[in-house]
Amino acid sequence: MAAGVLAIRRGAGGALIAAALAVLILGTLAAVAWQARGFSALSPWDLRAIWFTIWQAIVSASLSALLAVPVARALARRRFPGRALLVTLLGAPFILPVIVAIMGLISVFGRNGLLNEAIRALGLPELSIYGWQGVILAHVFFNLPLSVRLILQGWQSIPAERFRLAESLDFGPRDIARHLERPMLRAVLPGAWLAVFLICLTSFTVALALGGGPKATTVELAIYQAFRFDFDLGRAATLGMVQIAICVLAMLLSRWIAIPSEFGSGLDLGRQISGPPGWRRMLDNAAIILAALFLLWPMLAVTLRGLPQIPQLPAEVWSAALRSIIMALISACLAVTLSLTLALSIAANRSRLIEIAGMLPLVASPLVLGTGLFILLRGSVSPQAMALPVTVAINAIMALPFGLRALIPAARDLRQNYGRLADSLDMHGTARLRLLILPQLARPLGFAAGLSAALAMGDLGVIALFPTDIPTLPLKLYQLMNSYRIADASACAVLLMALSFGLFWLFDRGGRLA
Amino acid sequence: MKFRLFALACLAATPALAQDKPVLTVYAGDSVTSEWGPGPRIEEGFEAFCNCDLQFVTGDLLPRILMEGSGTQADIVLGLNTDVTARARASGLFAPHGQDTSGLSLPISWDDEIFLPYNWGETAFVYDTTRLENPPDSFQALLDAPEDLKIVIQDPRSSVSGLAMLLWVKAAFGDDAPEAWARLAPKVLTVTKGWSEAYGMFTEGEADMVLSYTTSPAYHIAAEGDETKKAAIFPEGHYFMAELVAQVASTDQPELAQSFMDWVLTPDFQQVIPLANWSLPANLPQEDWPQVMRDLPRPEKTLFYSEDEAEAMRQPALDEWLRAFSQ
Repeated sequence: MAAGVLAIRRGAGGALIAAALAVLILGTLAAVAWQARGFSALSPWDLRAIWFTIWQAIVSASLSALLAVPVARALARRRFPGRALLVTLLGAPFILPVIVAIMGLISVFGRNGLLNEAIRALGLPELSIYGWQGVILAHVFFNLPLSVRLILQGWQSIPAERFRLAESLDFGPRDIARHLERPMLRAVLPGAWLAVFLICLTSFTVALALGGGPKATTVELAIYQAFRFDFDLGRAATLGMVQIAICVLAMLLSRWIAIPSEFGSGLDLGRQISGPPGWRRMLDNAAIILAALFLLWPMLAVTLRGLPQIPQLPAEVWSAALRSIIMALISACLAVTLSLTLALSIAANRSRLIEIAGMLPLVASPLVLGTGLFILLRGSVSPQAMALPVTVAINAIMALPFGLRALIPAARDLRQNYGRLADSLDMHGTARLRLLILPQLARPLGFAAGLSAALAMGDLGVIALFPTDIPTLPLKLYQLMNSYRIADASACAVLLMALSFGLFWLFDRGGRLA
Repeated sequence: MKFRLFALACLAATPALAQDKPVLTVYAGDSVTSEWGPGPRIEEGFEAFCNCDLQFVTGDLLPRILMEGSGTQADIVLGLNTDVTARARASGLFAPHGQDTSGLSLPISWDDEIFLPYNWGETAFVYDTTRLENPPDSFQALLDAPEDLKIVIQDPRSSVSGLAMLLWVKAAFGDDAPEAWARLAPKVLTVTKGWSEAYGMFTEGEADMVLSYTTSPAYHIAAEGDETKKAAIFPEGHYFMAELVAQVASTDQPELAQSFMDWVLTPDFQQVIPLANWSLPANLPQEDWPQVMRDLPRPEKTLFYSEDEAEAMRQPALDEWLRAFSQ
């Protein structure tokens, strides 16, 4: 870890990692295209898929961002018992394995779900979760927590002194919004929106399970089809290119909108800001309660269904769980080292290219990535021997963009507020890391580590061409489902959910206590 | 699958080869090699007499083989589906199986010299008798059913059974297939990526019927003692699906691979199939099937397209399907 950071002195480490990422993601794409002897044309259905993908990603990202602002504001300015736990819990849907989340959403919003039962009892027409509305509902469910966390971090990055100053100047809520909150949102929202937009761009399983039919076909499914149905690697490569092109465009756009909020530094005494009383308090309470209901209810439903079955889980599931935990921890270490190095170097030289490279993993199709790696490594090593390191590395790389989103703003502030002081004290290398960077970035670092570990835990290892001999927990879940053992699968889902969340909680809490 | 013997401490993926025994590498699908599939018993059964080490490699079968070409490590590929044989054959990577297929326990005759079926089933809609009082008794009745009867199907672009349904509708309705899809579309609750997601939705009570197999109820009866799941049998017929095994022409273990192929059709292998794969054995007389499989209602009529017909039909049928859902 230190070695990676030591290389940062002049941002060299970051540039190196960024270059490696670009080579990996674009190189695998090139390998697929080379295998296919070029890119091939898209069908009209593909164009429809591209259009639907962009449209639903825009709607999902905008809704997530829009709904996240009142929730984040309420959490930032209100204190109540269990608040810290709630903040952590609200992060849970984002790290849920997709298949588990869909189970939960269906048990709440499905035809047979609790909500529709209540609606039927009232004699109203049913709500259907299947169709574009289901895709968007699921995406908001997944990504609202991420948006809330990123925006909440923005709120917490405004030094408490600013709020106290505002108070002494008799600022009303409107003035606070104008001078403090809006500039902060202007800095934070585009990044949060972008992250969600990109996640929804490559979403695959959600659209398939809840999309209601081929109208809701995403680019990732078209890639899957090109691979599995048509063996048309050229089309897969073209679609992979399209995904990356959309990503780069969206990034440039959001960079253009975002304006850094320069609040300067405070003493970080952790004094709490006081929220306005009256109807605004009611509104804040409503935002918190509604968000908690929406996000926690599906998870509760999954838990209640699977919990009684846990004692009957076969032994293989437990050993798979242990293996998954170890892999997740290794992935998390790797991801945090990489994202810290990248974030510090982005903060140091504001290089747009490095930042774009850091976001690329979000839009790399796992299928293209896996196949490209397979083609590249085919001649030199046996895929069996590569399966494990490749899976761990890909998991770490896939989690990078999330770590970056949390770390970049913090690293920028750090540089701006303490950079000159640290330079004048000639504080470099390990001393700078130990005394300044780690303590100051503990929160986003913990958050990033927790996210990486949890995401790695829930990943199915979509690397279809690498033999999946590593029986991870998500794989066991699928195998149980594939052999009709639905009850065992739901117990396995609870275990997977608990472990993913447990890992996230450990790191996230650790970061906040550090 | 040596992996399970591994202490977690040495997570390094270096298969501990039994150096003194020749290795037979079998590429197989995930459902085969899982603890709850037939894989472990196939491995055990073959190693009992072959004096070799059978190693499964799990993953995507055909894409992987096509990319590895003749440099592949695979000696045997187990679990290919009838819908990819044309592609697989064209690659020239597979060698003849050398078995007599005249007396197989299949509803169709099989004369393919390369791909050997080791189990089979038919597509069918499965329902729950406690939730659906009057299940449709024919495909036409399903099309005519009220729109509040909801079914879940799989996407033909990502799922084997989804593709089989595409061909099923084509075989049952011929040129009227687009109209059949148009009538079915409003009843389709959603289209999932794979079989397991759809089946899960059905067991959760989300949908009244799910696209699955005629043999699905056997699992519920045998493993859960639950008699309420049934497959609706349609007089229009049901589409035949088989899983196939083939040996790789470039194998470095030709004798071992051949002896595996010779073993597949023996009772020793075939008896593993019904209760581990929940499908029907390809070469076992009906009186030797487990009672639960013998009691299942059988379709009168089996529909099946030859490889070339299916290959020619795939894309047009998919376009029809997409159009029906894009209305």
